[in-house]
Amino acid sequence: MSKGILYDATMCIGCKQCEQACATENGLPYDDKVAAQEVTSAHKYTTVLTKDDKFMRRMCMNCDDPACASVCPVGALKKTSLGPVTYDKSRCMGCRYCMAACPFGVPKYEWDKAVPGVRKCIMCGKRVAEGKQTACAESCPTGATKFGDRDALLEEAKKRIHDNPGNYLPHIFGETEVGGTSVMLLSSIPFNSFGYRTDLTERALPMYTYQVLSRIPDFVPLFGTMLGGIYWITHRRQDVAEAEANEKGQKGGAQ
Amino acid sequence: MTVPRIRFTFWKAVFAVIMVGGIYCTFLRFFRGLGASTNLSDQFPWGLWIGFDVMCGVMLAAGGFTLTAAVEIFNIKRFHSIVRPTILTAFLGYLLVCAALMYDLGLPWNIWHPLIMRNPHSVMFEVAWCVMLYTTVLALEFSPIVLEHFKLKRALRVVRSFMVVFVILGVLLSTLHQSSLGTLYLIMPNKLHPFWWSPLLPVFFFLSAIAVGLAMTIFESSMSSKYFGRELELPILRDLGRVLVVVLALYGILRFEDLLHRGVLKLVFTPGYEQRFFLLEIFLSVIAPLGLLLIPKVRENAQGLYLAAVLTLLGFVTNRLNVTITGVEIAVGGRYAPKWTEVVITVMFVALGFAIFGLAAKYLPIFPEEKAQIPALREPSTRFSEAAVPVHAGD
Ligand code: SF4
Ligand code: SF4
Repeated sequence: MSKGILYDATMCIGCKQCEQACATENGLPYDDKVAAQEVTSAHKYTTVLTKDDKFMRRMCMNCDDPACASVCPVGALKKTSLGPVTYDKSRCMGCRYCMAACPFGVPKYEWDKAVPGVRKCIMCGKRVAEGKQTACAESCPTGATKFGDRDALLEEAKKRIHDNPGNYLPHIFGETEVGGTSVMLLSSIPFNSFGYRTDLTERALPMYTYQVLSRIPDFVPLFGTMLGGIYWITHRRQDVAEAEANEKGQKGGAQ
Repeated sequence: MTVPRIRFTFWKAVFAVIMVGGIYCTFLRFFRGLGASTNLSDQFPWGLWIGFDVMCGVMLAAGGFTLTAAVEIFNIKRFHSIVRPTILTAFLGYLLVCAALMYDLGLPWNIWHPLIMRNPHSVMFEVAWCVMLYTTVLALEFSPIVLEHFKLKRALRVVRSFMVVFVILGVLLSTLHQSSLGTLYLIMPNKLHPFWWSPLLPVFFFLSAIAVGLAMTIFESSMSSKYFGRELELPILRDLGRVLVVVLALYGILRFEDLLHRGVLKLVFTPGYEQRFFLLEIFLSVIAPLGLLLIPKVRENAQGLYLAAVLTLLGFVTNRLNVTITGVEIAVGGRYAPKWTEVVITVMFVALGFAIFGLAAKYLPIFPEEKAQIPALREPSTRFSEAAVPVHAGD
């Protein structure tokens, strides 16, 4: 059963407990200065954005069919069956294709390190595997960040909108974006006022490249045969000429 | 002759300065990290080194497969004499691309990981394998030149008997590799500006590689006739110019149709940042060279061909940089310009390319002696010609 996170901005009070808990869980520095940074970075995997009296979290969406994992040549990023998209630095070669490909600009890089790695929220892969909820959900005092089965959370999100249509935008961000994501968001004001793109395709991004890549095994024998065939045809006349010349040479007894 | 001597020393000095700068920047890159030595950021994980050194490096190496395909597979013998320089360029190009990758990768010592860690769904995985295999094939295609120089006849015969296989593999791998650099960007439909994102990206990259391969061959031949005092093979270059016209026209029409069907055409006439770069690219890569080459006087003339070739090269370099940098600026909300260290490293690679090409041209049988017909790769009538002419035909 795939897990997920439902973040309901209307219930959020902006206390940033989730930021704190995330930092502790991942061994990241956290103080007032970090708390004031309203961007995710190599040392901050999630952030609570404030706009007047509204809030919004940003973090890795842990996509159902993640672009980052699909593009990683060495499988350092992986979508686990439980939902989290995890990272294994020992495989990574630092090509940063994951950063270029992520539609949400999530993966960050340790630019200043001599042995840099990719950094992003991994939806507490270890905790989730142990049957626990994510650190952020556990720490949330209001239930704005809720952990559970993705399907159940999706139903709940729909119900909340249905029961309280005045309170919400009729949009569950992450339900269908780029093929659906494990993290889903509810809000009363447009998502793009917090920098979320609302023009994203509903198609899973890896399909765009897979469409081409999946043809290669068929293409190689066809194209190879074609090249070999052209060679064979274009060189035939030459072979004939050589054979004739050889024959003449031998008959003439020159050698 | 004093004039060429002075120029030679001058270029040597320039080269030395570039190398000193390059070594210093290499030190910065490997001891201070990517952050200190580049303007790369979380918004711009790819910059000049990917956009130019890798993307353009591979593209500029395309003459190798274009010409070997024409000569060895399509058996167009006219082009025989210019195959070797293009193979040298391709081989050098790929070696430099590999070197540049070592600078750009965050963990370069893991560069071999794709050998044992597979993700066939990743275009980068395909790219990695293409780079490794094609560099190997290029080394093999290049080897007869070295073997000939050292008169290792037996090894030469062995390599030559397999040459057809290498050539076919080379063309196949190049086709995959050139197009896959475009495929890399297919996963960014919401990120790359619609001028450049297209489901046809792999086709565009492949077609433009052929155009650049031809332009590069014209460029090289002109340069080497200037600096190595070789006779210019004008009739051959004229033929190449004609092929270039056809390829550019195909490319231009396809780009136009693609913009039309995706409904992006009106953007072309809406002033804007991306629009300016797009127009610059299209002007340099298609309109200007096509316009020039369609004038018979220009097409028949060495300077005209040279100019058209240079424009084509500049145009497609602009294209690759647009795809890598300009096209994503709006989506990530920022601008990128390379840091001086990035520029110095790139210039160092270009200088190294020129220098090694010059050395190889001087010491290895890259260019055919006047009159003596050197078989480009495979000696089609080895047995016969050896029997008839005891002294090896290639020397
Ligand atoms: S949001 Fe980005 S980094 Fe996170 S899983 Fe999706 S593609 Fe990967
Ligand atoms: S930077 Fe590392 S994790 Fe990201 S795609 Fe490259 S190898 Fe994979």
